Amino acid sequence: MALTQQKLDATSMRLASLQLPESGAWLAEARQAAQGRVQAMGLPHARDEYWKYTRPETLVQPDVPAAKVFEPYETAVFDDIDRLKIVFVDGAFDAEASDDLSLAGVEIETLETAGAADIHWARDLYGVLETRGQDPVERPLAALNTAFARVGVVIRVTGKAARPINLIYLNRSADSDAMLHHVVKVEEGADLTVLENGPAAARLSTVMEVEVADGGAFHHVRTQGRTHERRAVTHIFARLGKESTFKSFTLTANGALTRNEAVIELTGDDAVAHVAGAALGDGATGDFHHDDTVFITHDAERCESRQVFKKVLRNGAVGVFQGKILVKDGAQKTDGYQISQSLLLDDDSQFLAKPELEIYADDVACSHGSTSGAIDEEGLFYLRSRGIPAPIATDLMVIAFVAEAIEEIEDESIAADVLSRLEGWLERRRG
Amino acid sequence: MLEIKNLHVKLEEEDKQILKGVDLKVETGKVHAIMGPNGSGKSTLSYVLSGRDGYEVTEGEAVMDGVDLLELEPEERAAAGLFLAFQYPVEIPGVGNMTFLRTAVNAQRKARGLEEMSAADFLKEIRAKAKTLKIDAEMLKRPVNVGFSGGEKKRNEILQMAMLEPKMCILDETDSGLDVDAMKLVSEGVNALRDAGRSFLVITHYQRLLDHIKPDVVHIMADGRIVKTGGPELALEVETNGYGDILTEVA
Repeated sequence: MALTQQKLDATSMRLASLQLPESGAWLAEARQAAQGRVQAMGLPHARDEYWKYTRPETLVQPDVPAAKVFEPYETAVFDDIDRLKIVFVDGAFDAEASDDLSLAGVEIETLETAGAADIHWARDLYGVLETRGQDPVERPLAALNTAFARVGVVIRVTGKAARPINLIYLNRSADSDAMLHHVVKVEEGADLTVLENGPAAARLSTVMEVEVADGGAFHHVRTQGRTHERRAVTHIFARLGKESTFKSFTLTANGALTRNEAVIELTGDDAVAHVAGAALGDGATGDFHHDDTVFITHDAERCESRQVFKKVLRNGAVGVFQGKILVKDGAQKTDGYQISQSLLLDDDSQFLAKPELEIYADDVACSHGSTSGAIDEEGLFYLRSRGIPAPIATDLMVIAFVAEAIEEIEDESIAADVLSRLEGWLERRRG
Repeated sequence: MLEIKNLHVKLEEEDKQILKGVDLKVETGKVHAIMGPNGSGKSTLSYVLSGRDGYEVTEGEAVMDGVDLLELEPEERAAAGLFLAFQYPVEIPGVGNMTFLRTAVNAQRKARGLEEMSAADFLKEIRAKAKTLKIDAEMLKRPVNVGFSGGEKKRNEILQMAMLEPKMCILDETDSGLDVDAMKLVSEGVNALRDAGRSFLVITHYQRLLDHIKPDVVHIMADGRIVKTGGPELALEVETNGYGDILTEVA
């Protein structure tokens, strides 16, 4: 189908504002191919079905809407976790602030270093999983990232990583436009946890391509920071081998616009994929629009997938969930679960949900549910009857509401850290 | 002392009168029991006293030690010394039992103008009190009532009561869903809290709880009113003859 003139114009305008980075041959090829995909697809437009609930203009346009830098006055999340830090400031790698990129059982390189090599394993993944994820639904902003991101890390894990790797995204400039592209390869039986946190930039685009080989495990825990006016579009593309595990959790507080896409393919039997998120938005402190878009494909037998998304919305905040489970012919004994829920704390807030199941196998168990509701009065009264004032009781009920999503974090100390972050956010908001 | 005078209550949603003139006086240090058939308004009375939404007081008053309860928010009633042990304690996922109790204790202390309890003092106290109720450290850490058995939930209610040290305790069908051993444990917990400065209102359908928690006064409630008041022997009469005889007698 030919692109509309509007789309063509918007796409050419953005492409004209960007320049393909220099690199070695394999990466240059991947980037050129990605640029070609962007030209063919065109960048998202408000009339695209997949962007029905989230306006893409500010993510597409060349200019970055300014976002006042948020000065954090508390210690950063994950500070108490023993981890390897890799720091980015407004989207640029900060070697000084980062730890040595060495960790037993893990090879870590910057995208720049990996891209300069003549031959590199990342060639088989960079832009490859993203390309696979373009079908059946196009994700042009991911291809744009593949083409133009200059910065990122390339990680290969061969054993059980001794510590999590923490990608820390600091934001110092109010008009920064960051593009980061990471590639992770978890080899057979290997195990890695990646943590991500920080506001990153006024506008952020990240792509993380993850391959988990047979019996491997990848855990991902992310917090999306507190800058009120920031905008972000993130993509995770994952391909899972036999008996492998992939678990991702995201906590989001604030942000004018966040779109988190996860595209996961279960290609080996008995693989497990869990994607979860908790988002808290208060329209009184600035626009809040949060979109979780998830696409999980079952293409092997006896795989399990879970999508657990919770949104707490008040004062005109908007939450979006587009989640799909696609069970291909032959993916028998699939166990799929999807729940998206919003807690609407007033009449002004909005939750838009589009849960989808598409099933071609005849022996599967898939369930899904989506609800929007006010706070549970029963629980609220219980807490108040113990002497807890209504505002604190309400916040405890908020924690109770998002608990199912936070429980998806397997590591207890990381889960506790995320929970304390959430409690802190609620407490400060309460004043 | 809790004094209820001519209390009339209807459901807010529908025009249905539940309490039709309840008169009741629970003196300080006494244990009163309210018995009655299903639908007589016993649980409604406990909810109205503790301030749950959905009820409208159309007439009458409820005063605790000179404080008009009906004017207060639920948390203010709690801070004034009222405690309701729920028939169905609510599960609060994601909120640790200990965190919940500490928040409650300190909120009440704050409301009374007292210093917050230090973490160490709180821990010492809750451990000691939990032990007597056979509540282990694991149960204190777990989310409030989540995955608790019926007996564990009721013991947890009594633990909250022990920590909050209320003046007036209302126990709403605390015996429901309990086996004999659990009922004994819960009753011992309640009896340990009996004190010259603390009153109890024990709401129950059956007499058996009152074998363990011996009341000073027993009231029979029917159709939204207290229809008969007597000593512990009244409970035995219900046990032997059911509610039928009493209701016929007062009709």
